[in-house]
Amino acid sequence: MQKLVVVGNGMAGVACVEQILRHSPKFHITIFGDETHVNYNRILLSSVLAGEKSVDDIVLNGVDWYEKNGIELRLGVRIVDVDPVAKQVTGDDGSITSYDKLLLATGSIPIIPSIEDVKKDGVFVFRNLDDTRALLERARPGLKAVVIGGGLLGLEAARGLQVQGCDVTVVHLMETLMERQLDPTGGSYLATKMNQMGITVLLGLSTTKVLGNGHVQGVEFRGGGNIPADLVVVAAGIRPNVTLGEKAGLEIKRGIVVNDYMETSNPDIFAVGECVQHRGVCYGLVAPLLEQGKVLAATITGNKGPKYEGSVVASKLKIMGVDVFSAGEINDKIDGSEVIRYEDPSLGVYKKLTLKNNKLTGVILVGETADSHNYMEWLRSQTDLHSMRRQLLFPDSSGDRGLDVAQMSDSETVCGCMGVTKGAIIQAIHKKGVCTLAQLKEHTRASTGCGSCTGLCESLLKAVAPDFQEEAKKTICKCLPFSEDNLREILRSQQLKSVQEVLDIYGNGLGCEVCKPALSYMLDMLWCGDHEEDRSARFINDRVHANIQNDGTFSVVPRIRGGVTSPDELRRIADAAEKYDVRMIKITGSQRIDLLGVKKSDLPKVWADLGMPSGQAYTKGVRMVKTCVGTDFCRFGVQDSTSTGIELERRFENLFTPHKLKMGVVGCPRNCAEATVKDIGLVGQDGSWQVVVGGAAGKSVRKADLLITVETTEQALDAASVFLQYYRENANYLERTYDFVERLGIEKVRKETVYAPENAKQALRERLRKSKLHSRDAWLERDKPKNSTQFVQITPLEEVLV
Amino acid sequence: MNRHKTWIRIAHCRDIPLRDGRAVRIGNREIAIFNLGDRFLAIQNRCPHRNGPLADGIVSGATVVCPLHAWKFNLETGAGENAPSRASCVQTFATCIEDGVVLLEFPVVPAEEEFSSGCLEVKSELNSSQSAELIEGV
Repeated sequence: MQKLVVVGNGMAGVACVEQILRHSPKFHITIFGDETHVNYNRILLSSVLAGEKSVDDIVLNGVDWYEKNGIELRLGVRIVDVDPVAKQVTGDDGSITSYDKLLLATGSIPIIPSIEDVKKDGVFVFRNLDDTRALLERARPGLKAVVIGGGLLGLEAARGLQVQGCDVTVVHLMETLMERQLDPTGGSYLATKMNQMGITVLLGLSTTKVLGNGHVQGVEFRGGGNIPADLVVVAAGIRPNVTLGEKAGLEIKRGIVVNDYMETSNPDIFAVGECVQHRGVCYGLVAPLLEQGKVLAATITGNKGPKYEGSVVASKLKIMGVDVFSAGEINDKIDGSEVIRYEDPSLGVYKKLTLKNNKLTGVILVGETADSHNYMEWLRSQTDLHSMRRQLLFPDSSGDRGLDVAQMSDSETVCGCMGVTKGAIIQAIHKKGVCTLAQLKEHTRASTGCGSCTGLCESLLKAVAPDFQEEAKKTICKCLPFSEDNLREILRSQQLKSVQEVLDIYGNGLGCEVCKPALSYMLDMLWCGDHEEDRSARFINDRVHANIQNDGTFSVVPRIRGGVTSPDELRRIADAAEKYDVRMIKITGSQRIDLLGVKKSDLPKVWADLGMPSGQAYTKGVRMVKTCVGTDFCRFGVQDSTSTGIELERRFENLFTPHKLKMGVVGCPRNCAEATVKDIGLVGQDGSWQVVVGGAAGKSVRKADLLITVETTEQALDAASVFLQYYRENANYLERTYDFVERLGIEKVRKETVYAPENAKQALRERLRKSKLHSRDAWLERDKPKNSTQFVQITPLEEVLV
Repeated sequence: MNRHKTWIRIAHCRDIPLRDGRAVRIGNREIAIFNLGDRFLAIQNRCPHRNGPLADGIVSGATVVCPLHAWKFNLETGAGENAPSRASCVQTFATCIEDGVVLLEFPVVPAEEEFSSGCLEVKSELNSSQSAELIEGV
């Protein structure tokens, strides 16, 4: 079997390998990647920075894909040398690998302009996942960020940083933003949009120096002016990474030179993607890379024939609310060109088409890009537009035309990034039995690029696939088409602070009994009281702080920490029960006392008479700590479970959690208070505590997993705190700890809680502390009701005789 | 049958929070009034399923979800939206706003007789004891 070595585990290299696998399995394939991640969608990094996608969302090929296809994946290894004679590559780990065929997909590297002190701490590039993570780690609200470069990437980075709370300025060398895609007018429309978003744009400025002592404090421009900066991102463009091509002795110009069959000057070495130059052009966008990959796959597998003849490129700015699209030739001064344009400064809409001989040669759209799909098709197919001249700028105002799948021809491209036509999708549906979006992605790669064609793909599936199934995304409900992870990111990054706001912007504007309480929880967890609590979005129990019963009355459970009470409390409970005609007094399974059958209007009075805090028995929150008598009385007790339990309850009480949270503390392994079937349990041993999590003895029965064993009580309480906050932040709403721990696996939970780096643990503790600081005993609303009629049944303003 | 309706001043608008509901007792009837921001809508307070207090439900657009078993009712028509039987609907009442006060149009005839408007099926399916329970509420 021939050995194929691929250098570069990015989109171009892996897409090409996918094509090669389709042709034949005759290679043993090894892929080297200098990043430590599997292949991900690089064009969506800006969405990760902007908090719209998580890292997992942008993975294109998971580890299982490599395994399934028998590909040897060498991550974190940078190939530093090629010996074209011995046919070997050398890695920076010293490894030597021989090849029969070598595929270079080394991509491009950021251009770092000659700026003095550009290596200072606080200066970043924005090119890969690690850069993105580093930026996310550094970006904080209030920081001044300067982005050098006003191209696609620079602007997307600017928006991402702004979403993270930074005060952002874009400094651009040229007089026009995105000058490679836009004309000066289009650029000025875009600049206005960016300014409206609160991003400062400085044009025609050459940055000469990074200021600051050790850490960046500002940037200086030619001519002497300067602005302050805490963080600088250099996004001044990219250039093909040709180092290995040079070492292999290939013909290099700007990129590695390839012919129409994607062959380099060495018959055993091939190149694809951003590192190549084809007919004088280096591409930096996705679609061309994939077209190249298809051709290369044919050539390398001995099916030489298909030719790559260059691509029509289109770019789209991926910033929510700033629609920019550009395709084809932007120079309208070519002989015989005609320009058709429309602009409306108030609406911020600018459209320009360039035509030659009634055929479209270039498109620029700012502020209104709904028709970009049509234009792209006209560009590709070189449709004669003579008969459509009157409607060119407004093809059809009826709205959905661009999405009308029935009208599209089979050759029309649906996914511009991956070059997938309508015909290819229909074929996949009929021949491969594709019926979900996930399957469609797997079989055709459609909609795995920028994702803007997802709607089209779904419409096609709906129209054609007999067994179409909506994507089984773990969305909260149909009101909000996002997974909870995603939603938390959105709330955090977009600083959304009210349920209705979230529903208006990201949902159907209505919400329902499923998503409203979930959003209420998330907002409370994220903003800790620094938000607008919408009581109407919560379940009745959380509006009146009592548990609704089957007859519409309520139950009242006061807090009895650790199950330890006093004669005085018991007397008050008895008195209140008599005074308000409580139908039943019940000792609960959680070592507490439940007063059942209280009328809503009596609730504040009952609470006042009890003079005890709310036990939160009605809510998705911290319920209680069940304890045994421990060393105080028990002759077997080895730890003071009672006072530890009371302290645990004090620390966590009044907090909300994704689902109810019950705890237990036992003074010896006999486990009398059943701590090993609680969400969090502390099991006392001679000289130590076991902290266990994820136990259950309700609908499910599950023995808790051991989180950690520690020496002191304080360490045990701390481990419980770190776990609690981790659960609060990462579990889905209504996911009990036993499902949560089971889903993540205890190893992951350990690694991200008690065995996490100290700063991560400290951050969890700090956020828990903040939440606790803002939490309060809900029953205090007896004196200060949330609104005038919180507990009352209304009586008409006038007397009625009926 | 002597049918006669009258407008009753119920409450100041500000006393019913946005997207929230409140129960009002008129004689031996309980009505739930909801504030939808641009208007107020009213239905019988008790869910036909198991008497759940609909005023305590979560409002979703122009529907309310019963807090007991999540039966859902359209506040404009009274129709049950996820109830097992189409006959499961609730009675609606007209409302209007005057000087910051919500008014309710209420029939002042004996309760047994005035079960009407769009809920004829309910009447036919319920026996008299159920219907009394439904009307009185607890």
